[in-house]
Amino acid sequence: MKRILCLALLFLAACAPLAPSIQTTPGEGAPANPSALEASIVTELPTQNLSGQTVQLTVMTHSSFAISENVLAAFEQANNIKVTFVAGGDTGEALNKAILSKDAPLADVFYGVDNTFLSRALDAGIFEQYASPLLANIPDEFHLDLKNRALPVDYGDVCINYDRAFFEKNALTIPATLEDLTKPEYSGMLVVENPATSSPGLAFLLATIKHFGEPGYLDYWRALRANGLVVVNDWETAYYTNFSASSGRGPQPMVVSYATSPAAEVIYSDVQIEQSPSASILGPDTCFRQIEFVGILSGTHNRAAAERFVDFMLSLSFQEDMPLQMFVLPVNPEAFLPDSFHQYITLPAQPATLDPEVISANRERWIQEWMQAVLQ
Amino acid sequence: MKLRLLPAVLFLAIFFFLPLARILVLSVDASVFTAAHLERAFFVFRFTFYQAFLSTLLTFLLGLPSAFLFARFDFPGKSILRAVTAVPFMLPTVVVAAGFNALLGPHGWLTFLFPQSSFQFTGTLTAILLAHVFYNTTIVIRIVGNALTHLDPRLAQAARVLGADRLRVWTHVTLPLLRAPMLAAALLVFLFDFTSFGVILLLGGPQFSTLEVEIYIQSLQLLNLPMAALLSLIQLLCTLVFSILYARVVERAFVPLMPKPSIARRPKNLREKIFVASFIALLASFFVAPLLSLPLRSVTRLEADRGQRGEIPYGITGDYYSELFVNRRNSVFYVPPLDAARNSLTYAAATVALSLLLGFPAASALIHPNRLTRLLDSFLLLPLGASAVTLGLGYIITFNKPLITDHWLLITSPFIIPLAHTIIALPFVIRTLQPALASIPERLRHAAATLGASPVRVWQTVDLPILARAVLSAATFAFTVSLGEFGAATLLSRPDFPTLPVAIARFLSQPGGMNYGQAMAMSTILMCVTLAGILWIERLRLPGAGEF
Repeated sequence: MKRILCLALLFLAACAPLAPSIQTTPGEGAPANPSALEASIVTELPTQNLSGQTVQLTVMTHSSFAISENVLAAFEQANNIKVTFVAGGDTGEALNKAILSKDAPLADVFYGVDNTFLSRALDAGIFEQYASPLLANIPDEFHLDLKNRALPVDYGDVCINYDRAFFEKNALTIPATLEDLTKPEYSGMLVVENPATSSPGLAFLLATIKHFGEPGYLDYWRALRANGLVVVNDWETAYYTNFSASSGRGPQPMVVSYATSPAAEVIYSDVQIEQSPSASILGPDTCFRQIEFVGILSGTHNRAAAERFVDFMLSLSFQEDMPLQMFVLPVNPEAFLPDSFHQYITLPAQPATLDPEVISANRERWIQEWMQAVLQ
Repeated sequence: MKLRLLPAVLFLAIFFFLPLARILVLSVDASVFTAAHLERAFFVFRFTFYQAFLSTLLTFLLGLPSAFLFARFDFPGKSILRAVTAVPFMLPTVVVAAGFNALLGPHGWLTFLFPQSSFQFTGTLTAILLAHVFYNTTIVIRIVGNALTHLDPRLAQAARVLGADRLRVWTHVTLPLLRAPMLAAALLVFLFDFTSFGVILLLGGPQFSTLEVEIYIQSLQLLNLPMAALLSLIQLLCTLVFSILYARVVERAFVPLMPKPSIARRPKNLREKIFVASFIALLASFFVAPLLSLPLRSVTRLEADRGQRGEIPYGITGDYYSELFVNRRNSVFYVPPLDAARNSLTYAAATVALSLLLGFPAASALIHPNRLTRLLDSFLLLPLGASAVTLGLGYIITFNKPLITDHWLLITSPFIIPLAHTIIALPFVIRTLQPALASIPERLRHAAATLGASPVRVWQTVDLPILARAVLSAATFAFTVSLGEFGAATLLSRPDFPTLPVAIARFLSQPGGMNYGQAMAMSTILMCVTLAGILWIERLRLPGAGEF
């Protein structure tokens, strides 16, 4: 029995109940002025629905989603909407669930598709267009879908983190480039995530493709493999079980993680620490920029409420809550960042990026080739 | 009266074959036949076969002597030891993986006791094989052991009298008689290892991929449905072959030559005593250590919590249990443990009711097998080998149309889980009921009828008392299957109605000592409930019933 269906995989980690199809009153219509809307999202008194009932809104996200309770409660109260979050697994997995169930959508809003998967989501047609007035505040570099089906919410850089203490104690030079990582003195020191099952893993693979091109990246990975590369399935394992500078105190002093992870170590620490135990390697193409998007799922019965929620995610109240909850950076440049972010985070000068169209056309082939070169 | 098979067959047709066929038809595509795809498929198939073969071999290495031990010898604590060997089979993979992790993993007892050792367990083939042996030894003990119990000792005695030495008796009398049960056990063990998923994913790591794991990666991670369909077909075909073979072998395997009450006795000479003592020690340590390290770990702090940089307060703690009830981080995905337990119990009760309702008539129809029922019998086993991902996808495209009212979908209703669990529990239920039903002598019924009893009364006074125990053990089987089932539940459970295994998986996937400890605590709770159920079956065991 167990194994029979024993799938550790969460296919429909959740089939969200389709919310009762009570429409919110279109009401006053969206204010033209973004900041007026901004204010209305959090401060407005409960919208009177025709039926006076609270609207149930279901939001499907990846499992790393987090939000402060009071920020969410303020939104729910102001709009008379009750939000249920459905965890769909890692970025790729969550998106695939949304795509596979698009004929009978399991949620009203989907958050968490990133630029490495953006084209897949758009090609599958899972999103309805929504030109949120709040998009006006967001720089063009993040605005990848000009038809406004997927709206940018946050960004972050996938970087290699290293254990400061380890490198100091062993008087080792910190690797500065991707090439350095294949040197024998770093043998067995790097843990990465499987790009087939993890989105930071995929982002790092894309960084190497950007840097070495094809088929050079495969030679690079073979060299990494020969140098004792450790591969695990997910970020949690890589960071908290294998990485030596996390509280897990594992065996590898280098890990593929985020540029924000060193700050997270300081903020989560139970004792006051002056300096983060880890730092990011910020060489050319050692980091890959991820941008995350939100969209309204086609066929929702709660379009009005879904629009409100998307507006909320782009508003300052959410954008300013997000950094400390999910350790990503807000796309809204007006959002105020916590001090610890300025203090402990250095952003890469030259993060690698690839055109979503190019990624979309080659992603599966690259992953398959990578699996053959590194895992078989 | 083969009509009695109809409900079960219809049920399988609607909730198993229909969704499976729909998803396969939808995704099969000629584009999958590229050199790279076929090479990968072959690579995965080869590894699946290889690890299943090795696992089966090792399972027999431990299982055969153990079967001999249980069949031939009496010793104190025998029934408890027997129950303990059966526990893993009933446990969800998450818990078994957690148990091995608690013992040998990077934050387990071994690392704690020997911090300098560079022993690596997770991510190795050894971990996979060990977990498979741990899971399936009970099958060998039960099937082969039961055949050994029923073996007429006079056959061996006669051979000895005629001058054969011990070895010759084994090779010429005992082993040939055991061939069918051994084959049956081997096929079943192989089938379970072949379709292994959780163990490979949780203990093996990314470099090991079985068909089932690859189907998951291809369909949900890479969205390569044609490739997933190809792999599903390969797995289904293999399963079909195994289950047809099994159905053929099993008929011969379970016909007792001459039923005897018990031939077990206390070990007499030194050699026997050494054998018995050493195997008790081996079995006890192999099965008890991972099972015990779980509850121990759930009350011991051995590692830092997320962000814990100061001194770790090693020692006994009740925090992991009390923290289960606190949503400390205000996570939007928090599951209160009592809710999860209540959902699990409700689903399990529904599964018991449904599988008995369908299994009872089917089992009674299968008492006197003919060509047709024999064929159906092997199809009944097929759900064991179908990929849950494929089936889940099938459910989604099949049951997503509104029924009854405009907005009521089967796929998003809580009913979908007991339905899926019944598909898994049904083969077990039928196989438990069938021998008990077959054991009722027709004469008794006739006698009662002649004496003037109505059909209802005949059933009440003759069938029911004999069947009660078998029904009870079938019900317990269905109950534990549903309680521990993880795949279908994670696949289909609604966010507002999670089950215990789903909640355990959530804790395990989150970083830090506190989450790990809570996963151990919840696994311990689930294990205790399961253990209670198994001890109950053991106590009620009918001779010849509940073999698997």
